[in-house]
Amino acid sequence: MDAFTSLTGIAAPLPLANIDTDKIIPARFLKTIKRSGLGVHLFDTLRFRPDGSENPDFVLNREPYRHAEILIAGENFGCGSSREHAPWALLDFGIRCVIAPSFADIFHTNCFKNGILPIALPADICALLMADARLGGNARLSVDLERQVILRPNGESVPFEIDPFRRHLLLHGLDDIGQTMQHAQHIEAFEQRRRTAEPWFPSIVIG
Amino acid sequence: MAEGKPRTLFDKIWDRHVVDRLPDGTCILYIDRHLVHEVTSPQAFEGLRLAGRPVRRPEATIAVVDHNVPTSDRRAGIAEPESRLQVETLERNVAAFGVPYIPLLDARQGIVHIIGPELGLSLPGMTIVCGDSHTSTHGAMGALAFGIGTSEVEHVLATQTLLQKPARNMLVEVGGRLAPGVTAKDLILAIIGRIGTAGGTGHVIEYAGEAIRALDMAGRMSVCNMSIEAGARAGLIAPDETTFAYIEGRPHAPQGAAFAQAVAEWRTLPSDPGAAYDRVVRLDGAEVVPMVTWGTSPEAVLPITGVVPDPASLADPEQRAQRARMLDYMGLTPGQKLTDLAIDVVFIGSCTNSRIEDIRAAAAVVRGRRVAPGVRALVVPGSGLVRQQAEAEGLDRVLLEAGFEWREPGCSMCLGMNPDKLTPGQRCASTSNRNFEGRQGPGGRTHLLSPAMAAAAAVSGHLADVREFA
Ligand code: SF4
Repeated sequence: MDAFTSLTGIAAPLPLANIDTDKIIPARFLKTIKRSGLGVHLFDTLRFRPDGSENPDFVLNREPYRHAEILIAGENFGCGSSREHAPWALLDFGIRCVIAPSFADIFHTNCFKNGILPIALPADICALLMADARLGGNARLSVDLERQVILRPNGESVPFEIDPFRRHLLLHGLDDIGQTMQHAQHIEAFEQRRRTAEPWFPSIVIG
Repeated sequence: MAEGKPRTLFDKIWDRHVVDRLPDGTCILYIDRHLVHEVTSPQAFEGLRLAGRPVRRPEATIAVVDHNVPTSDRRAGIAEPESRLQVETLERNVAAFGVPYIPLLDARQGIVHIIGPELGLSLPGMTIVCGDSHTSTHGAMGALAFGIGTSEVEHVLATQTLLQKPARNMLVEVGGRLAPGVTAKDLILAIIGRIGTAGGTGHVIEYAGEAIRALDMAGRMSVCNMSIEAGARAGLIAPDETTFAYIEGRPHAPQGAAFAQAVAEWRTLPSDPGAAYDRVVRLDGAEVVPMVTWGTSPEAVLPITGVVPDPASLADPEQRAQRARMLDYMGLTPGQKLTDLAIDVVFIGSCTNSRIEDIRAAAAVVRGRRVAPGVRALVVPGSGLVRQQAEAEGLDRVLLEAGFEWREPGCSMCLGMNPDKLTPGQRCASTSNRNFEGRQGPGGRTHLLSPAMAAAAAVSGHLADVREFA
């Protein structure tokens, strides 16, 4: 996973609530055994018409938002399925940060695992950033994870909160399996305790 | 945890599974059961392979194919090359990593959330995960069960643990008794209508109260299944005699003396009197009526006696625009009676409603009636064992004679990854759990409802109130 320290880029406005993972990437594109190459299917039904041509009204089909690295969205972003294809598609398109009033839990976790920073901010502050994002060529925001601030185009800075453990992993691009492996002895001890305390607990054998 | 402080069911399961607490409160949580399917696992196994890591506890892991599989003629193999590749990749991975696997042609194959409880793999007090958001289903057993992403699948495969912070506790208490014709599906739709699709975010919902206690295990699973549609990662119902009776004798459950020992342990799980919840919602079960969704979010739900709502009634312009978009997508006009909506397809299936009880409920409405002309109606049992049971009871005959298709088990038209899809503009009465745009096929229009209501729609040709079919 790539580390995330800071990012300055175009922010695209997507003022819809409850953007579900089927909207981020429909199920028919989940038939892959890879993580890469999903950016072309990002927001498929919003981005493309039924005949496959681009929908010129959709924000990511317009300049400068084709190059967006930040999304500003409505509440409950990423609700629905657990598919990690959703953050994979965002990342492959070039989005490294999503800002919204709230996120669905599984999507929120999945972002961190892929070096995407999800930032939840109160609705009134999101509205200001949404207005910034509508500034077209001037829709540039700077997100500084080290200092936990977003710098608006007018120079104002907006602080944000983030889970310290996840911040640490993201800042250093750490693999959390490696982190957990450092506790292997404790996992082993836990398993031994369980075997004694709950001996009825069956192993799975498919005959 | 202070000695003697009353704890919730969630707290008890959580506390028992904490391996380590990191300084910021993040826990290493031990996972007892890991369910794996073909769509969300290939990249996780690939990650293990690249890092040279084994599966830590294959005997705590079970794999099955369900999302991509055809629901007809499966002996012929999977025609669609990408689906076939995903299934074959899972088969290669389970062989390479020694993971127990139920193959496509095994009678026990089925939707991962149907077979877990059915085979006795999902038990009270366990932590259960799967790379699938509807893992919440298994919470009906009194287990802490939740969906995870593929990176977390890899984490569990490698370490048998997850890095987690405890969720907040939410209690949904449903008093009274459900009226005749009203099912667990109507109840959970009513709950989602009440708290909204983000209402449970950050929480685990414990369902309690007389109406919940009165539900059979199938109904409890339908309720817990859709917890994720209320934003909660997990739903929970305290294990009781109904739970123990359901588990006893299932092939992978503890047997004999071990079962008795387990039950004694499970009896300590229910929330202590006076345990604190971060949020409490109360409903009167007796007031719930048959429900149906009209929009493209599960919270866009109304009693079947209702009419399509008017966006103009909303003050907030963004909400108004969003609702207008829903009506446009769904091809609806404000004021239309829901019972006037003609349907093209009926889908009875999915991990919400494809158990034997669901098929019995549908067959009871259909018996002696015919599917309305021009309607395509499918029944997709949740597993091969459900299918066998239904056939033993003659339910397949009832459904086939009425004009239903009787298919092989899988996810099917719940998400249209196999050939079972809606075509653009088709309107579907569906017992599944999501009515998102394009969920059942691009341009498809989904109305969520109970199996009995779906059957009533099939024979009526339009959405209908099942209470008129008694
Ligand atoms: S039936 Fe539908 S919701 Fe359930 S696991 Fe399959 S695709 Fe997911």
